Amino acid sequence: MSMVALAQAGVVAQSKAEAEPLLNIAIFAVFVAITLVIVFRASRSTKTAVDYYAAGHSFTGAQNGIAISGDYLSAASFLGIAGAIAVYGYDGFLYSIGFLVAWLVALLLVAELLRNTGRYTMGDVLAFRMRQRPVRAAASVSTLAVSFFYLLAQMAGAGGLVALLLGVTGKGGQALVIGVVGLIMIVYVVIGGMRGTTWVQIIKATLLIAGALTMTIWVLALNGFNLSNLLGDAAAAAPKGEAILGPGLQYGATATSKLDFISLALALVLGTAGLPHILMRFYTVPTAKEARRSVIWAIALIGIFYLFTLVLGYGAGALVGSKDILAAPGGQNSAAPLLAFELGGTLLLGLIAAVAFATILAVVAGLTITASASFAHDIYANVIKKGEMDDKAQEVRVARITAFVIGALAIGGGIVALGQNIAFLVALAFAVAASANLPTIIYSLFWKKFNTQGALWSIYGGLIVCIGLIILSPAVSGKPTSMLKNADFDIFPLANPGLVSIPVAFFLGWLGTVLSKERNDAKYAEMEVRALTGVGAEKAVVH
Amino acid sequence: MSTSEQTKPGPGPDWESIDQSADFAVLRRRLRTFVFPMTAAFLGWYLLYVLLSAYAHEFMSTKVFGNINVGLIFGLLQFASTFLITWLYARHANRNLDPIADKIRSEIEGDAK
Repeated sequence: MSMVALAQAGVVAQSKAEAEPLLNIAIFAVFVAITLVIVFRASRSTKTAVDYYAAGHSFTGAQNGIAISGDYLSAASFLGIAGAIAVYGYDGFLYSIGFLVAWLVALLLVAELLRNTGRYTMGDVLAFRMRQRPVRAAASVSTLAVSFFYLLAQMAGAGGLVALLLGVTGKGGQALVIGVVGLIMIVYVVIGGMRGTTWVQIIKATLLIAGALTMTIWVLALNGFNLSNLLGDAAAAAPKGEAILGPGLQYGATATSKLDFISLALALVLGTAGLPHILMRFYTVPTAKEARRSVIWAIALIGIFYLFTLVLGYGAGALVGSKDILAAPGGQNSAAPLLAFELGGTLLLGLIAAVAFATILAVVAGLTITASASFAHDIYANVIKKGEMDDKAQEVRVARITAFVIGALAIGGGIVALGQNIAFLVALAFAVAASANLPTIIYSLFWKKFNTQGALWSIYGGLIVCIGLIILSPAVSGKPTSMLKNADFDIFPLANPGLVSIPVAFFLGWLGTVLSKERNDAKYAEMEVRALTGVGAEKAVVH
Repeated sequence: MSTSEQTKPGPGPDWESIDQSADFAVLRRRLRTFVFPMTAAFLGWYLLYVLLSAYAHEFMSTKVFGNINVGLIFGLLQFASTFLITWLYARHANRNLDPIADKIRSEIEGDAK
């Protein structure tokens, strides 16, 4: 195909895609059908709380590693990063690097110790040596907050994708599709529990990585497997030319935007190890050693995938062009699907779009089970019922009801967040996780003096400062790209609050601790021995 | 309490004396002397990359060969260092942490039974 033909194909991509909605829906329906069968099979061995929350601790490190990459490689990674690189070039690459390097925090400091000291949730770890009702309530509140922000991003992605594929540009039609996505996800979670959700993640991760690999090889083949040529083409097609190959296009304009870039980078690298749906995955394996293997697998798969997105992003910039990408119904988020159309026509577009849909569905399921587990296990069983509940089935019932409620909230929130860049929204979730969760987890695992007041100040302080700054930021009001276009209360200049809220949360954790007289040295000794050796940690459940 | 369900009834192990034992001190030191400096190192290396991307546009845009510039190489080196540190930690944990952790655990769990 000549360059002119390519350019024309880009313009008509949307209308062509509209012509084949049945194909797209059929491919997606096949995925849903297969995964539903697996989820129903998994439901047969989901009987107790440990099955529902942690899949009986029975997955291997490799399986869990693939599932982690399924949970982690969200629509933000695939659609958002590819779109950001296609339009802004190098600045989009930062997301990939931050998202990957962050895994070292999980590997070195968190995964194994967490597996040894908890059972289902982050609240378990904090409750080990602190007054459990207040810390469990706090852990659950922050888990729900992070999950909510993350869900918003995924749901917004679903809406954008549908806009592209079916040409549904009306709010009503997109809302309907978001509703369908939400319902399928609720079925996965309520019926399959953690075991069903994990299998969905494994299937989805395999499809996503295979799809991205295919497109990456295809793009490279068109350029004679020469990355330099691809970059040259991307620069030639970009409105700003070679500037797309260096940093600065998105964040380099002013001193404020540079600070915003650093703030984003900090939130990305410190957020991962505080993401509740990632933390919960460490409980699906039988031992800390398997948790370590999970992270090693995850780092390998996620790292390779982000190398693919570099090629896909610049490939979309070169072959589709940023003008057509921005003009498409899904905006930036449509870069990867449009590239698929350029390469393989409607069939590849349908396949890649179905994979992207599967991605959103699976991540939403992972978030929902985490949020429902946190509410049922921490707030219902241990705060409201004070841990004196004999009926574990009742706790699981509450978790299932919570999954319904969260699903409904996610559907509503997703409709509000339509059209935002998904990678950006996910970055906000990372900022909340890095502020409200990470300081407490690190202090709790490594600092003997850390106590209840420190944990509460750090979690609530981090959460309030972080969300408060987001509300006062240009992301919410005051700019044409804001969520509320007609309001103007953006007092805080940075779109990402991490640069302020993360240090504040660490400081509050320290201050709250030293101002409280509570000490629990004996409990810390027990926790440290258990954390480092795995004594008494729950083993796999055999059915 | 979640952990009480895991602990067997009756007097449990003497956690504080295990915590202060020579073996456990070795395990704790081997873990911390690896993970703390390594965390500082990779965070510093990442921060250097971020600061250069924010404030040294010209340097990062310098072409090395073809259209491959310093920034791209720097970014790919972040991938390489992440893979390297993962490998180093896995090796350290297998060789230096797991054997002593297993030993302490079997001593405690042997006691309890």
